[in-house]
Amino acid sequence: MSTNSEKMEDLVGKDYEHGFVTDIDSDTVAPGLNEEVITFISKKKEEPEWLLEWRLKAYRHWLTMEDPTWAHLDIEHIDYQAISYYSAPKKKEDGPQSLDEVDPKLLETYEKLGIPLQEQKFLAGVAVDAVFDSVSVATTFKGKLADAGVIFCSFSEAVKDHPELVKKYLGSVVPAADNFFAALNSAVFTDGSFVYIPKGVRCPMELSTYFRINASNTGQFERTLIVADEASHVSYLEGCTAPMRDENQLHAAVVELVALEDAEIKYSTVQNWYPGDENGVGGIYNFVTKRADCRGDNSKVSWTQVETGSAITWKYPSCILKGDNSVGEFYSVAVTNNYQQADTGTKMIHLGKNTRSTIISKGISAKKAQQSYRGLVKVSKSADNARNYTQCDSLLMGDQCGAHTFPYIEAKNSSAKVEHEATTSKIGDDQLFYCLQRGIKEEDAVNMIVNGFCKEVFKELPMEFAVEAQKLLGITLEGAVG
Amino acid sequence: MLDIKELHAKVEDKEILKGLNLNIKAGEVHAIMGPNGSGKSTLANVLAGRNGYEVTKGSIEYDGKDLLELEPEERAWAGVFLAFQYPVEIPGVNNVYLLKAAVNAIRKNRGEQELDAVEFLALVKEKMKLVKMKEDLLNRAVNEGFSGGEKKRNEIFQMAVLEPKLAILDETDSGLDIDALKIVSEGVNSLRSPERSIILVTHYQRLLDYIKPDHVHVLSNGKIIKSGGPELALELEEKGYDWIVETEAA
Repeated sequence: MSTNSEKMEDLVGKDYEHGFVTDIDSDTVAPGLNEEVITFISKKKEEPEWLLEWRLKAYRHWLTMEDPTWAHLDIEHIDYQAISYYSAPKKKEDGPQSLDEVDPKLLETYEKLGIPLQEQKFLAGVAVDAVFDSVSVATTFKGKLADAGVIFCSFSEAVKDHPELVKKYLGSVVPAADNFFAALNSAVFTDGSFVYIPKGVRCPMELSTYFRINASNTGQFERTLIVADEASHVSYLEGCTAPMRDENQLHAAVVELVALEDAEIKYSTVQNWYPGDENGVGGIYNFVTKRADCRGDNSKVSWTQVETGSAITWKYPSCILKGDNSVGEFYSVAVTNNYQQADTGTKMIHLGKNTRSTIISKGISAKKAQQSYRGLVKVSKSADNARNYTQCDSLLMGDQCGAHTFPYIEAKNSSAKVEHEATTSKIGDDQLFYCLQRGIKEEDAVNMIVNGFCKEVFKELPMEFAVEAQKLLGITLEGAVG
Repeated sequence: MLDIKELHAKVEDKEILKGLNLNIKAGEVHAIMGPNGSGKSTLANVLAGRNGYEVTKGSIEYDGKDLLELEPEERAWAGVFLAFQYPVEIPGVNNVYLLKAAVNAIRKNRGEQELDAVEFLALVKEKMKLVKMKEDLLNRAVNEGFSGGEKKRNEIFQMAVLEPKLAILDETDSGLDIDALKIVSEGVNSLRSPERSIILVTHYQRLLDYIKPDHVHVLSNGKIIKSGGPELALELEEKGYDWIVETEAA
């Protein structure tokens, strides 16, 4: 129950604090996209032939597609030939066999980010996979996880060590041709994380991935695949940062979750990619496809996201509720300041009987930012007694920002119960004055009011993440009022 | 303690206060009465430094400082407390959390040691008794879903915890039933001290049955037109405001 004031003291006056560039030798392929580049990536990662074929097929399909324009976003034309599709820190000789061999500069970078890669520092008991530009650098706590039968490794390793699992599940939730960015990702993805929780296992610790884009003119296309076998349970955290650069960088990830019978996956994201400066120059384009397949009966997937970064966010973590009695949840806080734009929300596709979904979305806009909630709740004919509850709240700071809500509901089964509630409010001068009159400084007051607004979502986050999320809100909205 | 001279203030280009003079010594309780629209709440808000209340002329000296030079939060640090006429709801923000942030912000800016959770809780327990504050209100969101009486009680509870030097109670009695009025008044009475000055802004004499003021002032059309002791309030109750307004105008 400590006050925010101390934390805020540290935060006030801070700019994007993860905006440093690490000076490191990296192995980067020349900008441009063609079949050769894809073959190069595949060879570089020593992939089997089937995967190369899969990539090429996705690429050929992508060529027939066009950038989506339906979102409420103002996106400058992206030149896909100007992006480098592979950048890896140069490894000495055969690459690190253990953490001791990882480039100390990389470790330093992660320390700056507050990610404890050194296992001895691991008090929190969180296993981390760190992805730097295009490759996974280190996965910690592998041993302990292996004892429980949990597989947690980089995607590239999974391709080598567990090809049968990868082959079985890759693209089974988000098909390669799903959408423009998913197809692009399928063609050029470079690394990411892979998780498999065996039957009946409760993963003994939180799993975590940190993504960082360092090299300039590179895109980051990671691929995450999490499979929770029957009656297993896992909580997964994802964090993202990038250095400050004037040009926009593309991040087009795909995340696939598979929950089999009685399994539960909790997926939490704190997204803090560089948002661009206060004039809207630079920043990450965060175009991500995240989808969960509640394949088994009684399975449950819960998405929790705190989106404070990125110049443009285009992201709809979704659940396909296939199994009977399966449950999908989406808790989201999205903050846009200055010229940031976000079009985000979720899709809940009810297919099984007695499926339930909950959507709690909190959007905060300040300065000239534009934000949209876009959500689809679809109840198919087969989904008897499906239930959905959607709550969608927007908080505006100042009078130049915008909040928009686009809820789509398709119910084809008359037993469906779908509820939608939406509110839009302005951060009140009277609320602020009330806090000021009690001696609380404006920054702290705003932070407090905003955190109060987001409380229902923050309580879904694991403890340390909740603290980080609160701090991030403070930084993101700094100077947004007055 | 507080010396207001020739105060003129306007709200949205309309002049509300038109040369108000008021002097309050440490330990005194002053009641400001007057008809609707006379400028009572404007005075309270000007003292607290609310945005939109523009002082065009005059001065306010508080505790040796120029009050008008201070930001609202700086006034709070200096010991100015406003019990709001309409306490604000802040969804999702725990009542006791806000109060702890307030206590420690004030202590910090006075160069005092901040209270830790245990010390703070002890302080809260002690002060809760003063206003018979229900425990469950502490852990609810600030004023959210509180009844009118609970909101006002919460204001006095905050006042008890923050221990201001100058407390301005803006129509704290409005909307209270007789039991709540008694409890709130007892709370205020228990907070009277030789170091603490209190301004009671009220429309009705009723409050003054429970809190005995040292001085009563009648505010009309932006000026204090009559001052006296507690007996003035009784006279007002009996005769209404019109007779003074008319007498003074004549």
